[in-house]
Amino acid sequence: MRFMVLVPGNTESEAGEMPSTEILGAMTKYNEELVKSGVLLAGEGLHPTSKGAKVRFDGSERTVIDGPFTEAKELVAGYWIWQCGSREEAIEWLKRAPFGGGVEVELRQIFEADDFGEHLTPELREANERLREQSASN
Amino acid sequence: MGQSATHRAIDAVWRIESARLIAGLTRIVRDVAVAEDLAQDAFVAALQQWPDTGIPDKPGAWLMTTAKRRGIDALRRRIALERKHALIGRELEILSQLDQGDLVTEIDDVSDDLLRLVFMTCHPVLSLQARVALTLRLLGGLSTPEIARAFLVSEGTVAQRIVRAKRTLAEARVPFELPGRDELAERLSAVLAVIYLVFNEGYAATAGEHWTRPALCDDALRLGRILAALMPGEGEVQGLLALMELQASRLRARVGPDGEPVLLADQDRTRWDHLLVQRGLAGLQRAEQLSGALGPYTLQAAIAACHAQARSVSETDWPRVVALYDALAALTDSPVVELNRAVAVTMAYGPEAGLELVDSLANEPALRAYHLLPSVRGDILVRLGRHAEARQEFERAAGLCTNDRERELLLSRAVACGA
Repeated sequence: MRFMVLVPGNTESEAGEMPSTEILGAMTKYNEELVKSGVLLAGEGLHPTSKGAKVRFDGSERTVIDGPFTEAKELVAGYWIWQCGSREEAIEWLKRAPFGGGVEVELRQIFEADDFGEHLTPELREANERLREQSASN
Repeated sequence: MGQSATHRAIDAVWRIESARLIAGLTRIVRDVAVAEDLAQDAFVAALQQWPDTGIPDKPGAWLMTTAKRRGIDALRRRIALERKHALIGRELEILSQLDQGDLVTEIDDVSDDLLRLVFMTCHPVLSLQARVALTLRLLGGLSTPEIARAFLVSEGTVAQRIVRAKRTLAEARVPFELPGRDELAERLSAVLAVIYLVFNEGYAATAGEHWTRPALCDDALRLGRILAALMPGEGEVQGLLALMELQASRLRARVGPDGEPVLLADQDRTRWDHLLVQRGLAGLQRAEQLSGALGPYTLQAAIAACHAQARSVSETDWPRVVALYDALAALTDSPVVELNRAVAVTMAYGPEAGLELVDSLANEPALRAYHLLPSVRGDILVRLGRHAEARQEFERAAGLCTNDRERELLLSRAVACGA
C-alpha cells in the first residue's frame, strides 16, 4: 500500500525561513530511518505560498489569485510518499516523526490506477499517459 | 482502540522492529536461534501488555529491554534448575553476554548488525531454500505460515527448514561478521540471488493458480531497498534494486481482468507504475556511476529500462537490447540469457536470425524442461508464417509449464495457430 503524508506549513515555512539546524538534523535522521527501512519512495518540500497561486473556477470564468494565502494551518509545506504493508504500519511510522507543538500531520492512502475501476477508461488512461510523458520531458 | 485494532498496531510495530531487534540480539548472544527466541518472547510480552498499557513511546527500545530482561530471568531459572548437571556452560555464557551487552535500537547503531544478519541468513553454508526461508523470516518479518503460502509448501516444511538452517549456522560456527574484502563479491552475490529469487517467485510464479503474486514482489523490493540503503556504494546492489523497481512497474499490466497473463508486447503501457519507473531509472543511473564494468543485475536493469522508456514494442531500441544481452551473455554464460537474446535478435534483425539462435540452443541440457524454449520458438515460427509448427511448439511448452495461468495462455496461443 502506498501512502501520502502531507506536512502542514507554519509561519516560518511561509516566511521562507529554513528550519533550525536542530530540527533539520532530526528530520534528516528520520528520513534516513525511512530509507533504511525501505519505506520512503519519494518526498519533497514546497516553496512558500507567496510563490504559488490559486485558480478559482466559476462556470467558464477563471480567476487567478496570487499567493500568499492566509490560512497557514491548511497549507501544505511538503509531502512524503511511503510504501507500507498496512495502514497501521504507516501510522506507526508517522508517530515517530519529529514534530511537536500541536501540529497535525495528515496521512492518506494513495489510489492506485486499479482503484478507479471502470471510471478510468483506456482512452482516459492513454490521455493521462501522454500528459505524464510531456511533463516528464519538460 | 479495540482489541483487534491494537493487535494490528502491534503487528505493525513488529514488522518495523523485528529485524533490527533480532540483529541487535544476535550481536549480543552470537546465536541467531537464541536471538530469535528472545525477540519472540518480547513480542509475546507486548501482545499481553500493550492492549492494557498502550503502545510505548519507543516500542523498539521497549522490546529490546524486555527481550534482554526476560532472557536473563529465563536463563537464571534454567541454570538454578540444572545446577546439578554439567551442561549449563552455554547458558552461563549467554547469560553473561546478555548482562553485559548494550542495548541499541537506533538505526544508526543497528545498521551494521542488520547487514551482518543479511550475510548470515544468506550464508553459502545453507541451501538456497534455507537461505530464502530464513531471510524472509528474520529480515522480512514474515511468519512461517506466510512463507509457506508464498512457496506453496506446508508450514511444517518451512518450520523444519528454518530450524535446520539455524542449527547449521550454529554448527558451522558462522560468525556474526561482515565478509572481508576478499570474499565480499561472492557473498554479496549470494545475498542478491536470494532477494531476486523472492522477487521472481512473485513476478512469475513457477507454480500454482496465480500468474503473479505482488505481495512477494513487495517483500523483495523492501529487502532490496533496505540493502541499497545499507550498502550505498555497491553498484550491483543498486542495480538489482533498479531491476526490481522497473520490473515491478509492469506488475499490474501483466495480469488481465480474469487473472490471465498479459505479455510485454500486449501490455497496456499506460498502466505501468510511473513512480517505480522513475525510481528504477534513477537507481540504474546510480548503479552505472558506481560500477566500472556493469554487473549482471545492472545490465538486466538497463534492458528493463529500454522497455520502460519505449512507448510500444515497435518503438523499443531493440539493437541496444541485443547489445546489452551480448554483454550479459558474456558475463553469465547462461542458456536462459541466450534465449532472451534470441528474442531481442528477432525483434531487431528479424525472425530468421532469431530462429537460428534458438535452434542452436535446442540441445542445451539446462533448457530441456524449460517451457519458454518451445514458447519462444513458437513465437518466432508464427512470425515466419509457419503456423503448424508453431502450434506444436506452443503445445509442447504448455506440457512443460507448471503455472496454471501460463499454461492456459500457451494453449490458447496454440489454438490461435489454427489446425
